Amino acid sequence: MPDLACELLNLRLRSPVVLASGILGTSAALLERAARAGAGAVTAKSCGPEPRPGHPNPVAVDWGHGVINAIGLSNPGAMEEATLLSDARVRLARLGVPLIASIFAGTVAEFAIVAQTIARASPAAIEVNISCPNVGDEFGTPFAATEESAAAVTAAVKRVVADIPIAVKLAPNVASIGRIASAVVAAGADMITAVNTMPGMVIDADAGQPVLANRVGGISGPALKPIALRCVAEIAQAVNVPIIGTGGVCTGRDAAEMIMAGATAVGVGTAVWYRGVEALGQIVGELDSFLRERGYRTLADIRGLALRPPAARLPGLGNS
Amino acid sequence: MYRPYTVVDIRTENERTKSLVLDGSLDAEPGQFVMVWLPGVDARPFSVAGDAPLTLMVVAVGPFSRALHDLHRGDSLWIRGALGHGFRFPERMPGKRLLLVAGGYGVAPLQFLARRAVEAGARVDVAIGARTRTEVLLSDAFERVAADVWVTTEDGSAGERGRVTVAVERVVADRRPDVIYGCGPIPMLQALEAICKRAGLPYQLSWEARMRCGMGLCGACEVHDSTREGWLACTDGPVYIDEGVLSESSGSPEVKA
Repeated sequence: MPDLACELLNLRLRSPVVLASGILGTSAALLERAARAGAGAVTAKSCGPEPRPGHPNPVAVDWGHGVINAIGLSNPGAMEEATLLSDARVRLARLGVPLIASIFAGTVAEFAIVAQTIARASPAAIEVNISCPNVGDEFGTPFAATEESAAAVTAAVKRVVADIPIAVKLAPNVASIGRIASAVVAAGADMITAVNTMPGMVIDADAGQPVLANRVGGISGPALKPIALRCVAEIAQAVNVPIIGTGGVCTGRDAAEMIMAGATAVGVGTAVWYRGVEALGQIVGELDSFLRERGYRTLADIRGLALRPPAARLPGLGNS
Repeated sequence: MYRPYTVVDIRTENERTKSLVLDGSLDAEPGQFVMVWLPGVDARPFSVAGDAPLTLMVVAVGPFSRALHDLHRGDSLWIRGALGHGFRFPERMPGKRLLLVAGGYGVAPLQFLARRAVEAGARVDVAIGARTRTEVLLSDAFERVAADVWVTTEDGSAGERGRVTVAVERVVADRRPDVIYGCGPIPMLQALEAICKRAGLPYQLSWEARMRCGMGLCGACEVHDSTREGWLACTDGPVYIDEGVLSESSGSPEVKA
């Protein structure tokens, strides 16, 4: 029987599927629901220094090959989020599912303040979201765009939450994601989450306008997968820290691809639109079948496989 | 994605309520909703009041609904859906007794349900509650298909004076229905839920919630009360279904752990 247990640093996950930030993670009840559905770890919705209502509707649509969203980082603010996370952590601990908090801010100093506030809830890890594409007007270019800004945020957060592992979430729309990854690891990142959504626009030709009220939004779902796989592969070849590979994973086979690209664990978000919350557990089951049918015994057997030159004899597809 | 429809007819239901009839049908069940988008304005959820043609009932309570009221025949609006899970009929409908309880603007999806239920052979009784006579809506539409229609108004200006739930208690005691279907303001739904639980009756309530993505992802529509938590109105609902004490069926959506 394949072993799907997965370790992210000191965190032991019963499966490699991690609920991605921004999907369902807005209450303790929903985080628990995702955990019960099969997630090995869950990431809460990103919170910032102050409450934000988010953008007006429409905030999301399925455009045919994926989803586009500009929810606008709606959140109750770090203080209230810390209370929500404390409640969630208790519920999730009973299920053995680690809770990853997620934070964003407008300045390096604010990132440190938000991190400190959230650290009080004792999450298992903190995801540092330097890459959300949906708040450009207010926050300028995302910090993920340059090595210097990405490293500065990382170092500032690391300084204030030294005892909680931090996962820096990178943007796909950069010239060299490998270099950004190296910079944040050198600045203290314990893990990398890759990738955030890809900036895009969906226009309704009948209306003659973008569908989203924010006009631009983040692309997720199937269209993002090849982009995410390339990013994860490049990061895996640049740094040695665990990677939560995220972007377009809808099935167990997609999850296998992400791990073959070098991911330690697999972030799943938009799949919930296509397949329901149950997708989180179904993907685990499908990944299990995928491994078993090919004679793989652990995730380590396929981790980074796609980065290496092909073996002389490929693993059997049903032949022993 | 959103699809444009043209307004072909506008019916005035009362001084702040209009029904918009659109140029086309939609594959929809009673209890489902659509997201309506007016480019440059907003997008909000509306119950499907009719599927063929697609019909929406709009109460002018804010900028978006007022913008919908400003539409003329020939104007476009954009529709995404049908979304969510609608009402469910019991098995073997002929002979079943359904009680529909409508509070105020909750009449819209219930008159759609009433028509379909009668077509399927069930007996449909309806209790309509409103604050005052002018807010009793669509009673003609109900009278055309239902066996009995009871009207209650809080100020007594039409029908019986009082809350609709008082009429419901009486009906439940006189002639126990097989299923109760409710739609209306949340306090009404909560009172109705309490009655149904006490009586051990199966019930289905259309739950209103502020919606953003409408896709079961953003969590904005989560309902959290003494019966439900982690329950998303846009995808688990809008209809909350309780099979009643007689059934151990797991067909009901996720309830509080």
